[in-house]
Amino acid sequence: MLALILCIVFLLLLVIVTAYAERKVAAFIQDRVGPTETGPHGILQSVMDVVKLLQKEDIIPSAADKRLFALAPIVMFAAVLAGFAVIPITPSAIASGAYLGVFYLLAIISLDVIGLLMAGWGSNNKYAVLGAMRSVGQIVSYEIPAGLAVLSVVMICQSLDLQEISFQQGILMNQFAGLEQEVNYLFGLKALNLDVTNVGGITTWNIVRMPFLFIAFIIYFISSLAECNRAPFDIPEAESELVAGFHVEYSGFRFAALFLAEYSMMVLVSLVAVVLFLGSWNTPLPNIGSVQLASWTTGTPGALTGHLWGAFWLLSKTVLLLYTQIWIRWTYPRLRVDQLMHLCWKVFTPIMLALVLLAGLWRLWMI
Amino acid sequence: MKEYISNKYNNSFFSVVGALLKGMQLTLQHFFRANKRREPTFVSDPNYFKQPEGLVTLTYPYESLPVPEVGRYRLHNEIDDCIVCDLCAKICPVNCIEIESIKATEDIGITSDGTKKRLHAAVFNIDLAKCCYCGLCTTVCPTDCLTMTKVYDFPEVDIKNMIYHYTDLSPEQAQEKRQKYEQQQAEIAEAKAAALRAKQEAAKGNI
Repeated sequence: MLALILCIVFLLLLVIVTAYAERKVAAFIQDRVGPTETGPHGILQSVMDVVKLLQKEDIIPSAADKRLFALAPIVMFAAVLAGFAVIPITPSAIASGAYLGVFYLLAIISLDVIGLLMAGWGSNNKYAVLGAMRSVGQIVSYEIPAGLAVLSVVMICQSLDLQEISFQQGILMNQFAGLEQEVNYLFGLKALNLDVTNVGGITTWNIVRMPFLFIAFIIYFISSLAECNRAPFDIPEAESELVAGFHVEYSGFRFAALFLAEYSMMVLVSLVAVVLFLGSWNTPLPNIGSVQLASWTTGTPGALTGHLWGAFWLLSKTVLLLYTQIWIRWTYPRLRVDQLMHLCWKVFTPIMLALVLLAGLWRLWMI
Repeated sequence: MKEYISNKYNNSFFSVVGALLKGMQLTLQHFFRANKRREPTFVSDPNYFKQPEGLVTLTYPYESLPVPEVGRYRLHNEIDDCIVCDLCAKICPVNCIEIESIKATEDIGITSDGTKKRLHAAVFNIDLAKCCYCGLCTTVCPTDCLTMTKVYDFPEVDIKNMIYHYTDLSPEQAQEKRQKYEQQQAEIAEAKAAALRAKQEAAKGNI
């Protein structure tokens, strides 16, 4: 229960900060100043936006399918929020330590698509239906390379438990029940005979444990952009042609819920990327001889220091990825729909299939 | 055989990735230069026309680019120097100047350039909501009392407030001046009639 409250509070806070950062970063990239009026440097802008939306009239079009229309934002927000349950925040804090965390996560994120389609169809609006269909087509397609990227990590880590995957990527590995005898070799190459189990830091992150996972990480990151309908994969919401895509008919609180769901999705996919590829809550600083950087910046798991360091590293890596998402949005133009599908089916999927095979071989022969 | 449209771009994987990274680098550079800003400098400043980096926005109501003293914006009439000649109202292409004059009965002084004032301005209204800022009125003004100022930010909630009243007479005073003038005219007419009668009587006596 405590974890749920923490999760919602942290999540909403992070979402609101992201929405504000989106506007500020966009402004700075385009040599503008962004919001400046609400609070110092406009930091209350997103809060005001949400407050404004809550005050607005809740309009349901008369020709809309009312039940679907009303249910869609709840389904979408609930699906994304449920995904946060299995994300480990610190070595000892996780809302739900499910053994099938990764599997659950992929399943629950897919529910998002149903909400999208409900919103688009329920609105009884041509732009909404078009946006929803494009969105669903895109998300379902990009779930394949993203799922394969996750699968390659699961094959390397031999676990679906996100907390176990997190422990494997740092100096605390041997403290996890069941991993006491495990050894991390540099690049996962036993032949090099460089034991980095107690070096930790960046050397034990999944992208270094199995260097090819870096490619998987890039592909996962790009696919996750498509899954959140973000630029350069924002044809479902293309402002210039579809007005707003599937949520064109929404207003007031329902729009706020969709808006929050969208930004929560951004946060969630970034968190998943960090947990799976970038060492989760582990420090990036390795132990070098007597300079125990990793031990100093890890704290004691279970104690306050462990919580603070864990949350700090996890959140800073997530924020970095979120910044990259925003940065990409304001750099690249939108992809055409055929380019989008080309990238997914003809580039990412074959590469990821090869990488999954490679991950299997790596697990068999190298580690 | 399939014909390919010649492509001036190098589409190899690494050049595409390089181009993408170049784009990212460009936006990142702009992001990190956001601590620099355009300054509200005067046009004489050497950097006025070039702003190599940083944010270009000025937060307008709080800061704005200075306008030269000779800016051609809101009209101003120095009524003490105005001889109410009506030239400005005549030349105005959009008829935004409304003037009603009363002939003065007494000496009302001279303008700062020495022209004798002979008319009171009962009404001197400029409707700046209609004004097209052509500046013709200021060029025809013989005493240079009508000028354009550098004030350009004067919005009003009620459009009636866009009509600027420059007269120095209250309606009562104007009425008084008008009566005085009419009285004087009447007196002159009376005097003329008396003179005429005297003349006629004198002529009769002569016969």
